[in-house]
Amino acid sequence: MIHQRERETTKSWWVPAACVALAVAFLFGAMIGPAGPAWWRVPAELLDHLPFVRIDSGATELQSTVLWQIRMPRVVLAGIVGAMLSLAGASFQGVFRNPLVDPYLLGVAAGAGLGATLIFVVGRSTSQSWPVDPLPLAAFIGGLLAVLLTYTVGAGFGASRNPTTLVLAGVAVTSLTTAVQTFMLQKNTDVVRQVYSWILGRLSSATWGDVRLVLPYVVVSGAVLRAHRRLLDVLRVGEDEAQSLGARVDRIRLTVVIAATLGTSAVVSVSGLIGFVGIVVPHLVRLLTGASYRRLLPLSILAGAAFLIVADVPGRVLSDPAETPIGVVTAFLGAPFFILVLRSRQSEAR
Amino acid sequence: MTSLNFENVSVSYGEAVAVSSFSDTVRPGEWLCLIGPNGAGKSSLLRAAAGLVKHEGRILVDGTPLNLRSTRRRAALIAHVPQSPALPDDMTTFEYVLLGRNPFVGYFGQETKHDRTMVHQVLDRLCLEDFADRRLGSLSGGERQRIVIARALAQEAPIMLLDEPTSALDIGHQQQALELVDTLRREHGFTVVSAMHDLTLAGLYSDRLALLHHGHCVASGAADEVLRAETLSEFYGVAVSVHHEPDGTVVVIPRRTAPLA
Repeated sequence: MIHQRERETTKSWWVPAACVALAVAFLFGAMIGPAGPAWWRVPAELLDHLPFVRIDSGATELQSTVLWQIRMPRVVLAGIVGAMLSLAGASFQGVFRNPLVDPYLLGVAAGAGLGATLIFVVGRSTSQSWPVDPLPLAAFIGGLLAVLLTYTVGAGFGASRNPTTLVLAGVAVTSLTTAVQTFMLQKNTDVVRQVYSWILGRLSSATWGDVRLVLPYVVVSGAVLRAHRRLLDVLRVGEDEAQSLGARVDRIRLTVVIAATLGTSAVVSVSGLIGFVGIVVPHLVRLLTGASYRRLLPLSILAGAAFLIVADVPGRVLSDPAETPIGVVTAFLGAPFFILVLRSRQSEAR
Repeated sequence: MTSLNFENVSVSYGEAVAVSSFSDTVRPGEWLCLIGPNGAGKSSLLRAAAGLVKHEGRILVDGTPLNLRSTRRRAALIAHVPQSPALPDDMTTFEYVLLGRNPFVGYFGQETKHDRTMVHQVLDRLCLEDFADRRLGSLSGGERQRIVIARALAQEAPIMLLDEPTSALDIGHQQQALELVDTLRREHGFTVVSAMHDLTLAGLYSDRLALLHHGHCVASGAADEVLRAETLSEFYGVAVSVHHEPDGTVVVIPRRTAPLA
């Protein structure tokens, strides 16, 4: 009994530790980049903006503007995107009982891209005058249709028995979606530039407006997903047993898929395609703290934010003054990691 | 104590009929054991009672049809221990047994202190407290079986359905597991329905046996009425001899059909 209590207290240290990691990542992200104040002036400059704190950081007005209007929205947006993608990844892994899936491998991102392309083709100028901006909505519907298609195809070929089947179905759906998108772009070459700049994202030119655009979706989606952390643990024993324990499996699955897709589509619409975050971060968290979704979901939020803020830094300095897209950085880290996970799964199966 | 009634229960998977018009009344606190060859419909009947497969006819708990109850309410009444439960390797024993509290926690809710204390009591009762932090992947077959029973116990359901609870265990652990179920049944007044292959153990622990064959109930009653050599050879297609011990235990011994070379 005492042993158990001790163990529970040690584990609760993970959340403060992840908060510290996030704070460090945040500071690191704010310190590094072209223009702006010297890195050692940044902490003082940040503290100066706290209420009731007055510190002269020694930064010029221009440097201060660079920090607050260019670098900070970018760091905050990277944090939000990273948190959302890894939370969505962990949730998809839980609801499909498959450690190999993430929003990209399931086709959510490609579907969202197709939905957005449709809006550009129909006419961005006409749709912009609509009372509600249809772009995020179209991305959401596209993403949702893609993940449902992936699941239907995967389930038809026995995804419950073999986790790689669902990934393969995702690959097929992604290819199909991308092909349709390419075809549409060929027919409408005038929107190619707009669509590609949407796909590549605008993390590098993020504004506070972008943060305000995604935040409501991310907050709603994040709250719904986090509230499912206990039920995702129940699902770990499989559909039948979860049901005999009184869980409404279909309802849980649908709610989680919709919430995760909504959040993913929203962040994709500002950040562009950033792969592997949803698979790398939850796996690292699992390795450190165990697989319970009660810990995994909150920690994935914190660790995902920290991860993407840090991953965004090399892009700013590697090919200065040009930018290396963040998706390139995460793919460099993520692709080998994914192969490692796949390999360890296969040796387990043997 | 709670009764379980089957009224003309049929289960089919597409064209294939697994259970055909099964009727039985399991009295409160009784242990009914379903026996019969592979594919006779034992598991399907248990799965129907657990609400995992659709059935025709009615299954009543204390006189109220099961399908009128919500999934959660049904789980609070009936605990189902499947034939090969999924035991995620990286889940701890405590986390696993805590899943049994799901019927008592709201959709977005979390377990209360009461739920956690209850799980510790169950682990204590089954001498599993030392395993609370152990990962399921590191446990032996006997320990795993006890943990699955612990989860069913944490569910506090008055009816327990056990599908082949001892199929993966050696003779010692078989006896331990069944003794445990029987003790708990007497302590808590559970109604138990189990499916079993070992006929001697089935007769030894249950109050009553029901022999299923191709989905039909072909014999039902006390061990010495159902476990008869001619009945078993007719429905299992085996040659057995049946012995009656002085204490009333019925022992079923397989016989070789072909003469020794």
